[in-house]
Amino acid sequence: MDLRDSPAEAEFRARFRAWLAEHNPGLPVSSTDDEYWVRQAEWHTTLYDAGFFGLSWPSRFGGHDLPPVFDVILDEELAAAGAPPRPSLGYLVQGIATHASDAIQERFLPGLISGRERWCQGFSEPDAGSDLAALRTTATRDGDEYVINGHKIWTSYSDVADWCFLLARTDPAVPKHKGLSAFAVPMHQPGIEQRPLRMINGITTEFGQVLFDGARVAAANRIGEPGEGWRVAMTIVSHEREPGELGYVARYAKTVKELEETVRADPGAFRSDQREAVAWAYVQAEMLRLHVRRRLSERLEGLHHGPGGSIDKLLMTWVEQTVGSAALAASGSRAVIDAGDVALKIYLYSRAQSVMGGTSQIQKNIIATRILGLPTA
Amino acid sequence: MDARDTPEQAELRRTARQLARQLGPRTVADLADGVRRKRLAGAVRDAGWLELRHDGGEGAPLASGVEAAIIADALGEAVADVAFAGPVLAADLARRAGVIRTDGAVVAFSADLIDAAVIPGPVTTTPIYAVDCAAESLEAAYVLIPEGSGYRLAQVQVDGAPDGADLTRAIRPIPVGARLLAVPGQSRVLTRADLDSWASLGLALTSADLIGITRGALDLTVAYAKERRQYGVAIGTFQAVQHLLAEALCLLEGAFSVALQASWGVDELGPDEARSAGRVAKAYCARAARTVCETAVQVHGGMGNTWDCIVHVYLRRALLSSQWFGDDGEQLRQIQRTRLGVTDGPA
Repeated sequence: MDLRDSPAEAEFRARFRAWLAEHNPGLPVSSTDDEYWVRQAEWHTTLYDAGFFGLSWPSRFGGHDLPPVFDVILDEELAAAGAPPRPSLGYLVQGIATHASDAIQERFLPGLISGRERWCQGFSEPDAGSDLAALRTTATRDGDEYVINGHKIWTSYSDVADWCFLLARTDPAVPKHKGLSAFAVPMHQPGIEQRPLRMINGITTEFGQVLFDGARVAAANRIGEPGEGWRVAMTIVSHEREPGELGYVARYAKTVKELEETVRADPGAFRSDQREAVAWAYVQAEMLRLHVRRRLSERLEGLHHGPGGSIDKLLMTWVEQTVGSAALAASGSRAVIDAGDVALKIYLYSRAQSVMGGTSQIQKNIIATRILGLPTA
Repeated sequence: MDARDTPEQAELRRTARQLARQLGPRTVADLADGVRRKRLAGAVRDAGWLELRHDGGEGAPLASGVEAAIIADALGEAVADVAFAGPVLAADLARRAGVIRTDGAVVAFSADLIDAAVIPGPVTTTPIYAVDCAAESLEAAYVLIPEGSGYRLAQVQVDGAPDGADLTRAIRPIPVGARLLAVPGQSRVLTRADLDSWASLGLALTSADLIGITRGALDLTVAYAKERRQYGVAIGTFQAVQHLLAEALCLLEGAFSVALQASWGVDELGPDEARSAGRVAKAYCARAARTVCETAVQVHGGMGNTWDCIVHVYLRRALLSSQWFGDDGEQLRQIQRTRLGVTDGPA
């Protein structure tokens, strides 16, 4: 074990730190403000154009072929500077890189990684949440195209997306997990309607619903073979559960840093339980930072994905909700007097983390049966 | 940056686990088996593990905090009833004072078990406690004597009866009035930085022990949940039980990750940074171990609340490792002091 930066890592850290000092966009905390989501695309392309995004992805698609631990350095420096986190789309990259044909990878990965083409993910439906395989959106073959009909929900960035990574039923005659296929569907076409969803903290520019009514996608845009959709989806959701893939370490550390600065400015203005909540949030955020260092170090032996992502998802959820509760605790009565209080918004948003990407209960089922080997009834 | 074990560290982890499992207690009744306990103590001594923090040349220890933590973890996992952290911490303190041999010594702690006991006069004036002594033999315990802005080592004889909540590691009280004896061969006065650095080893070893305890208690409980039947099925089929155990595994994984920086930092970070990393690790590991041991008692049901079921041996050991060098509440208080500028309470 050696947690010190190698010379190459130290050089990268210093270079990124110097760049960040000039280019920190100073966006609001990601979960609290519509402005963040509006300007996030600009942050993505700024990071990418400077050579600081897609570090561990292949250079032929715009990445940098660096070992995965460079992403930890990026996250740590973003957090230290109070800068916004890196865009969370590694799971889509992993899904395409694992399952799509070379042609699809070459067509789509460069735009996805550079941020020039924006993506959303069409998996969940109003009646297919935890039971994702029960989804009813259909993709029906029609010559060289598929025709899409159905209703997707909890679709992040659907309002700005150019493409939707869609999971749809292509064969209703086979068991539910076997009849699904994945597609890259163009969002700018008649037959697709996007409706924003307002989250409990008031933001409207993150989540949407997407209605497909005779929308069309070229058969060549299928990702993986017909019927491979469930496997594609499982690759994506397992990576979507990994804080190292999402870059959330920087998100939580930024909030903790701001909470610490607030308390440090006038410690006597806070009760001991409020201060302890902030100290505990710091411990939790540090745990996740070190956990991601460990997980990305393990990837030096090659990429695995499996049920272990569920452990990381639960840890990440506990961290986000601990940080959210600490923000609420430190804010005290301000959070109920002022509906615009940032701590209130951080706290309310944090409640979604135990639902999105698979509920905590689903993660516990997976851990219990697939990792601990507990029997099923 | 690479958080993985080196091949040598992985091998040490395997060896230590194997030895601890083989010779550690499997049942509460095993705790009374003196022959087994002697074999365990002999094996730990023969492996050279008590000498890890002896001088390996130019004042540097023979092995790093990472290796010491790997062994502490393995011994905790098997609730191995053998002195390890106590003698290793004594050797580490002695090395910092320039003392060459420290066979059999441990460190005496103030009553809160957080700091090494500081004795200003020729005899002790408050009760102090030797922690993690070998159960069978009489030993010496180090105390600190203020000298200028630093400290010198002295020792007291440990002859009180073994006591304490932990059934696997003994605490021996040292009565008021114990006479301080010289520790020969000291070539350095211990500084505050020496003591911070030493405390970072204490935090790393107690955190590692807690991680081991957590893993041991979880493994035991998962096995029980697969075996124990109610309503005609294994209780591990019930989601209510499954979810408790899944949460326990997450706490274990988080604890393991957070402690990496603490054990590595003992020798690689400055004293302040190393101690801070130790505090973060200890706060997390203490809460995780306590929660998982309580889950272990719960899942074992009525039997889990009896003396003869081994789960309380894990919980009791966790209670000592938690208090030793300060529990989660103490670490959070210190984090508030260093990071939030809170000034109340002792430094």
